[in-house]
Amino acid sequence: MEIDLKILRYDPENDKKGHWEYYKVDAEPEERILDLLHKIKWFEDGSLSFRKSCAHGVCGSDAMVVNGENMLACQVLVKEVSNPIKIEPIRGLPVLKDLIVDMEPFFDSYKKVMPFLINDDEPGDRERLQSPEDRDKFEDTTKCILCAACTTSCPVFWTADSYIGPAAIVNAHRFVMDSRDQGSKQRLEIMKDVNGAFRCRTAFNCTSACPRGIQVTKAIEDVKRETLLNN
Amino acid sequence: MKIVKHSFDGIIVGAGGAGLRAAIEAAPTMKLAVITKLYPTRSHTGAAQGGMSAALANVEEDNWNWHAFDTVKGSDYLADQPAVDILCKEAIDAVVELEHWGLPFSRLESGKIAQRRFGGHTVKEGAAPAFRACYAADRTGHMILQTLYQKCVSMGVEFFDEFQVLDIKIEDGVCKGVVAYEIATGDLHVFEARAVTFATGGFGKIFKVSSNAHSLTGDGPGMLYQKGIPLEDMEFYQFHPTGIYRLGILLSEAARGEGGILRNKDGERFMERYAPSIKDLAPRDMVSRAIATEISAGNGAGPNNDYVFLDLTHLGEEAIMKKLPDITDFVRTYVKIEPINDPIPVQPTAHYAMGGIPTDVNGRVLSDHKGGVIEGVYAAGEAACVSVHGANRLGTNSLLDIVVFGKRAGQSMVDYVSSTKASPLNESAADDLSNKISGFMEKEHTTEFSVAKIRSELQDSMEENAKIFRSKETLDNQTEILSDLRERYKNVTISDKSKVFNSELLEAIELDYLLDMADTTVASALARKESRGAHSREDYPDRDDTKFMKHSFAFKNGDSVKLEYKDVELGKYEPMERKY
Ligand SMILES: Cc1cc2nc3c(=O)[nH]c(=O)nc-3n(C[C@H](O)[C@H](O)[C@H](O)COP(=O)(O)OP(=O)(O)OC[C@H]3O[C@@H](n4cnc5c(N)ncnc54)[C@H](O)[C@@H]3O)c2cc1C
Ligand code: SF4
Ligand code: FES
Repeated sequence: MEIDLKILRYDPENDKKGHWEYYKVDAEPEERILDLLHKIKWFEDGSLSFRKSCAHGVCGSDAMVVNGENMLACQVLVKEVSNPIKIEPIRGLPVLKDLIVDMEPFFDSYKKVMPFLINDDEPGDRERLQSPEDRDKFEDTTKCILCAACTTSCPVFWTADSYIGPAAIVNAHRFVMDSRDQGSKQRLEIMKDVNGAFRCRTAFNCTSACPRGIQVTKAIEDVKRETLLNN
Repeated sequence: MKIVKHSFDGIIVGAGGAGLRAAIEAAPTMKLAVITKLYPTRSHTGAAQGGMSAALANVEEDNWNWHAFDTVKGSDYLADQPAVDILCKEAIDAVVELEHWGLPFSRLESGKIAQRRFGGHTVKEGAAPAFRACYAADRTGHMILQTLYQKCVSMGVEFFDEFQVLDIKIEDGVCKGVVAYEIATGDLHVFEARAVTFATGGFGKIFKVSSNAHSLTGDGPGMLYQKGIPLEDMEFYQFHPTGIYRLGILLSEAARGEGGILRNKDGERFMERYAPSIKDLAPRDMVSRAIATEISAGNGAGPNNDYVFLDLTHLGEEAIMKKLPDITDFVRTYVKIEPINDPIPVQPTAHYAMGGIPTDVNGRVLSDHKGGVIEGVYAAGEAACVSVHGANRLGTNSLLDIVVFGKRAGQSMVDYVSSTKASPLNESAADDLSNKISGFMEKEHTTEFSVAKIRSELQDSMEENAKIFRSKETLDNQTEILSDLRERYKNVTISDKSKVFNSELLEAIELDYLLDMADTTVASALARKESRGAHSREDYPDRDDTKFMKHSFAFKNGDSVKLEYKDVELGKYEPMERKY
């Protein structure tokens, strides 16, 4: 079938601002949006720029706005979106070229939550024990692939990019809820900050945007509750 | 072109599991940087699903010697046995260390790390399938990558993200540093460093249907090969039995470890005929060959009789959702089938490079087949060949390999840096790369010589001629095709002449590496007149231990490949017929 694509393009070396470009591509209904972008790049216009790697939704490279919603281009099939297909870069992060945004502010927020296990006890020469029930408490948030689909769908983040954002809170949750971790006190201090978890207005955009199906809003609520309990 | 100069003691190229593990080892004692063309957490280690083996004996009696036996037998006796002993012995501490760093393994009721069955892993040297693979649902690689990156963040390791290394400087057999291209700006960066580790991952993109990421183009092996360093055992490329039909997206062997069954179009569990004792859990080379044989015998399913079924329907919804959530999702997303109710169409998919940059057990890169080394250059992970996987890797042994030998490469960097002095590398080191890039920028674009065109012909033809079954005829044919593609590559052109995120330029350079990978694969395969592990010659169906208990070493010789051989290092396991 023939697909009409409309892509928001920006070339920092020549354009002052972004502009739409239109393409027609022949595609099978089972093809991924990423496959369409490749067809354009490989056979029509080599300058079209976007990030990608794994092509099956596990590396987090290709979050973009497709017909108004955040998704991974490699995880959505042509037959699942309406034609014409409109593609834009994710919002709230500076656009560097076409569908590529500056991810540094996003990773800076991630690093702020101390996303690593803190435990100073001597662990011995075998694994620490953890019950399956304790392990389950943070199962959901271990799945994050740092794609930024959640953070860049958040209305609070659009208006205040100092907000640490859902992805960072998800990664704080991953450790706060881990029975082996001893760093919650410091992490929850960060969550209490004006730019921390309490900025969340439970718009739920993040949860619907997450390609890993993480209950992002629930994780944020868990972290808020832990913060209050720790007060 | 703007050129920026940096000075480090050590550089690690690649931020997958192998690169990050090396960085954790080396960072505390030297000025170190990790350079990576992808953000670290985008590395393909994150795609690994099923598990990482170690004889923890959490579920049943186990010991690392049995793991070693299985690995050697699985390798079709081509693995170097002293290296396999290291892999299996150090596995236990490697898993425990990852747990201490926070890796969220799935757990048993006892609170210990959960372990599952996997192809080719047995207890008591073949008695029964073993519970040896430590796992975190079916996203073990994701957890390993995240945990190692988190550890690096906690240590303050310095990263150059989205920088692509495109040249290494070696003078008189001694490493001087690397040259990298900054993807966001097009600037060149000269990194002076006397110790450099290559951990650039595999090169599955030489085939059309593959489980590998777009980024897996053999940059590390290609760069070194072009400098005269040989590539070891390139004829051994693993095809994983269960890729999603046509897409190649992997459905982990864990699916069969948890009880999944392969069936042909008549619903027959055909593996009973090929591996009567461990059936669906036979090693990958055997299962992939069995599938290919079923298909050529007309037992494949579908309108073209070209796939078989992976049947999980008897496992029950709870087990599927708890233990195999991600692959279930992949099937729902990409095939629109419900694996709880319906069998899944699968076909073998190009998966893992057993061959690569030759190293010793300490990650030191070998300069030849006689044991020479290049001072200061190391390699680890899928880019390297130690060799612990020989002619066929067992599932779960690569995640193990990347941490065990990643760590060892890091230690070697530490030893080397502490015993040598910095030696300068100046801006002119960027000249070669700068000229190469200018060449692409100046040459007028013609669609006839586009990157995509040459690359897709490469992938289609490798799929056709050098996949599971090979013969003199198919390989001769492929040699000719490759030499034509190589000629055309000399005229390759790009349309994008910009500096910022010029991925077309990078794809053009990567295509050169892909061609190197294909050339060495085909030349080594043509010369190996026997069938062993993943390398199956229709015209030489048997293993030939008198002539071929040897590793191949492929050297670049102009546009052709020159082959040398090195004896396999044997140990306590005598080669015997491989039956399961
Ligand atoms: C789908 C799938 C499932 C798998 N499941 C399992 C499993 O269950 N168990 C198991 O043991 N193995 C598994 N494997 C195999 C295993 O995951 C890989 O072999 C292993 O993760 C490779 O790790 P690596 O660190 O060598 O490379 P990668 O993780 O691929 O990392 C390569 C790194 O190199 C960088 N790089 C490459 N070229 C350059 C360059 N020119 N300049 C700068 N940086 C560069 C990349 O940015 C990346 O950071 C699986 C593989 C796949 C594809
Ligand atoms: S929580 Fe989901 S949407 Fe947000 S970064 Fe992680 S994977 Fe992406
Ligand atoms: S390319 Fe990896 S998530 Fe889409």
